[in-house]
Amino acid sequence: MKLITAVIKPHRLEDVKTALQDFGINGLTVTEASGYGRQRGHTEVYRGAEYTVDLVPKVRIEVLVEDDAADDVIEVLVKAARTGKIGDGKVWSVPVDTAVRVRTGERGPDAL
Amino acid sequence: MPDGFSAGDTAFVLISAALVMLMTPGLAFFYGGMVRVKSVLNMLVMSFIALAIVSVLWVLYGYTLSFGPDAGAGLIGNLDFLGMRGIGMNDLAGTIPVTAFSAFQLMFAVITPALISGAIADRAKFGAWALFVALWVTIVYFPVAHWVFMTDSGKGGWLVDRIGVIDFAGGTAVHINAGMAGLALCLVLGKRIGFKKDPMRPHSLPLVMLGSGLLWFGWFGFNAGSALAANGLAGMAFMNTQIATAAAMLGWLAYEKIKHGAFTSLGAASGAVAGLVAITPACGSVSMLGAILIGLIAGAACAAAISLKYKLGFDDSLDVVGVHAIGGVIGSLLIGFLATGHVGQTAKGLFYGGGFGQLGKQAIGVGVVAAYSFVISWLLGQAINKTIGFRVSEDVEVAGIDQAEHAESAYDFSAVGASLARALGTPAHSTPTHSTAPAEQAAEKAPEKTVEKTAEKKTEVDA
Repeated sequence: MKLITAVIKPHRLEDVKTALQDFGINGLTVTEASGYGRQRGHTEVYRGAEYTVDLVPKVRIEVLVEDDAADDVIEVLVKAARTGKIGDGKVWSVPVDTAVRVRTGERGPDAL
Repeated sequence: MPDGFSAGDTAFVLISAALVMLMTPGLAFFYGGMVRVKSVLNMLVMSFIALAIVSVLWVLYGYTLSFGPDAGAGLIGNLDFLGMRGIGMNDLAGTIPVTAFSAFQLMFAVITPALISGAIADRAKFGAWALFVALWVTIVYFPVAHWVFMTDSGKGGWLVDRIGVIDFAGGTAVHINAGMAGLALCLVLGKRIGFKKDPMRPHSLPLVMLGSGLLWFGWFGFNAGSALAANGLAGMAFMNTQIATAAAMLGWLAYEKIKHGAFTSLGAASGAVAGLVAITPACGSVSMLGAILIGLIAGAACAAAISLKYKLGFDDSLDVVGVHAIGGVIGSLLIGFLATGHVGQTAKGLFYGGGFGQLGKQAIGVGVVAAYSFVISWLLGQAINKTIGFRVSEDVEVAGIDQAEHAESAYDFSAVGASLARALGTPAHSTPTHSTAPAEQAAEKAPEKTVEKTAEKKTEVDA
């Protein structure tokens, strides 16, 4: 199994979710995140005091898939998340030893 | 009711008193939105506590010190009305009952110390602040209110009744007074940790907008109500209040757009308050066009003045000096130019052929109140700081003053956060205070230890 993690622009979440559902992914986890890469933040002014806000809001998507589906899922995800502008984010995958469905105790790919 | 009583005037002043009361919670939100999440409750309750403390002191001795018959030289009222003795239910002050007049003036005494709190956001011990409020209204506000508001045909307060300073609703007694006290206190307490270094963004601008809206609404009671009658002067003061506030918002936003490149919501709210402050002393003596001028000048000048704290290095956290002291000075001095002589008062300003006379009187009023407030507030702040301590510890300030001083947090939007909180006891059985908590913990721990020990012994036996 593989854990695919994607950090993307928040407004792409709906499209990514739909694309993954259409592909047949049954579940994923989404977290609100903030960070920066090459896209830098912006400046805010409060009564003349200027603040540079470096961290940009992002969403972090985590999805567990079987090994042979990983490349396709990454491709679907990247395609749905892309706007072509700076700050589109990153996607990566890591191998996963085991997974358990808490309700039934099923293990491995059956738990996905 | 006796002759001279006016039901219309009384109804108007009572409603105005209620409007002015609402300004203190309004101010609490205005300030509360501007601080960070970890200190918003402290900011709110610093204003709220003034409602409690000052109301009680007002009845005990505040009213008589401010509005009792002059004790001599126009400096303070005598003790004729100590504990409100001798004030009959049907006694009149002008055309309204003394009770109504006293209720109206009480609300001014409440909001003035509350205004100071913005200068020392995030870092004042609550007990020390409460003590300061009680002492400050006693030695500073009550006497100054007597100087500025107590008229008794030449035998009242020295500034208003003997020199002839015009302060219709409290530009000196309320705003310069609170602003200079704020300057003194932020110097006594010192800068917040991270001042000019850490981001200290307002945590809720919608709360700030709500607060400024409530202040604006209440201010009609503050200014128009100061006519103490439902008459043309009240109407004029009402219009001037609206117009100057509008113009000041435009002035602040224009300055901000030119200087910083954006029209901010905080600028709109702050500009409105700056205009309300500046028109306060002047709303009973200038024309509506004069009110526009006062508003524009005050809005732009206060927007510029708030950057002084960064240049000079004093942490007037929420700009009490920049908005209230500067706005109060501008409004009070501009009367010397713009008083028409036929609105509420007969004195004419420079632009209406009155020469420099009134301007000089205004300058005396401004200088006297500013100096008195600054010096006494600084001494009072030092005295409290040297005895019980005025500032919270560094750890408390960094962690957030709400938890340490009030044992509460303002917001809980997180489901996880709620489940992490562990109740120490239910209100029905015991209150979760600091004194009972360790005892309960000890009681819980004791049986656990015995269980562990017996278990250990058993394994030993088994082995």
